[in-house]
Amino acid sequence: MLTKRIIPCLDIKDGRTVKGVNFENIRDAGDPVELGALYARQGADELVFLDITATVEKRKTLSELVNKISHHINIPFTVGGGISSVEDVRVLLQNGADKISVNTAAYRNPQLIAELAREFGSQCVVLAIDTKQEADGEWYVYLNGGRVKTDTRCADWARQAVDLGAGEILLTSMNHDGTKQGFALDITAALAGSLPVPVIASGGGGTMDHFVDVFTTGKADAALAASIFHFKEIGIPELKSHLHDKGIVVRQ
Amino acid sequence: MKLAIVKYNAGNIQSVLYALERIGMEAVVTDDHALLRSADKVIFPGVGEASSAMHYLKERQLDSLIKNLEQPVLGICLGMQLMCRHSEENNTDCLGIFDTTVKRFSGGLKIPQIGWNLVQETREPLFSHLPKEAYCYFVHSYYAALCDETSATTEYGVRFSSALQKGNFYGVQFHPEKSAAVGEQILKNFIHL
Repeated sequence: MLTKRIIPCLDIKDGRTVKGVNFENIRDAGDPVELGALYARQGADELVFLDITATVEKRKTLSELVNKISHHINIPFTVGGGISSVEDVRVLLQNGADKISVNTAAYRNPQLIAELAREFGSQCVVLAIDTKQEADGEWYVYLNGGRVKTDTRCADWARQAVDLGAGEILLTSMNHDGTKQGFALDITAALAGSLPVPVIASGGGGTMDHFVDVFTTGKADAALAASIFHFKEIGIPELKSHLHDKGIVVRQ
Repeated sequence: MKLAIVKYNAGNIQSVLYALERIGMEAVVTDDHALLRSADKVIFPGVGEASSAMHYLKERQLDSLIKNLEQPVLGICLGMQLMCRHSEENNTDCLGIFDTTVKRFSGGLKIPQIGWNLVQETREPLFSHLPKEAYCYFVHSYYAALCDETSATTEYGVRFSSALQKGNFYGVQFHPEKSAAVGEQILKNFIHL
């Protein structure tokens, strides 16, 4: 049986792992390659590296980092952050990335998803969506790392992206991110229950039972978290053992 | 030990190269017939689409070359599927090394299958020094049907061949290069054949 996946996320800024709360107040969490290798040894199922560096040098440094990661990591990893062209993706895949994630650039130019899927296959195209539930109860798509609101509903954009060729959805709830109060179960379940591709839930995981909830009530295929792993609040082996005890199929 | 990786228009070749490096092995990535024929072991990886891959192989006569190799050959993912008789992916005739067909998953499953699944009923020598069942990492929309040459099985809606073997030809549907310690052991087993 296909297992539920646990995915540590490493936000990278200028070559270091960092972590903020609600997309702000960033602090240092160590060397990304070392941290990634540690997680792989501990039983992480995949890794996500999101580059939040905003400099002109970014592309070159990112491809060098990806190359270093791929030499040391024996599990699949996804790379994201500012990817906006087929050529960007080609360079990252050639340096050993298994998948790439696109966000704002894909929203601005949805054909990018189709081009990437045609060129490299849907299996390596992850659409990342940052979403926020507004006072009207609807979940809207946000861009540019959560700074720009759109009028597009999250579920509509996810469906369109899958139709264009996105192979997975990485769904981050901005209401929950960094709060450790649990994942956004309703929007996760809405997407995971209706889309024909896997949904990775992100934002809000603070206790082991939050992960149980996101895999059962939230119907997620995978769950992503950052600070609870980086700051050793929850260990991956104990988390997996807890999930197993609750009847959730995981790789141990 | 000379290891060669077949170079063609498919993805993830670099990942295989790095995985071999991690277990201390060097390999050459090539489409040169002489180099492939003279290698001790040949790895035929790939993520991509069947018909364009077969077209590419035929253009360079790599199809007949691969079929006639006598040293151990390991097909990975699309590489393994191309070693079967036929693929439903764009109705493609493949190399016909393994006597089975490649079909698309159906029936309300999420496609592609992405993630770790249990590899069971494993046969030696490719699965030597491993438990009888182990988790490996899969990414695929098509699968090879069970047949006499099945050397491991996995279930995703249907039970399928997660590994095949016929003589010197081996194939795995999952990605050993991304399957942590289990995958490394499988690559070592292949190298030590």
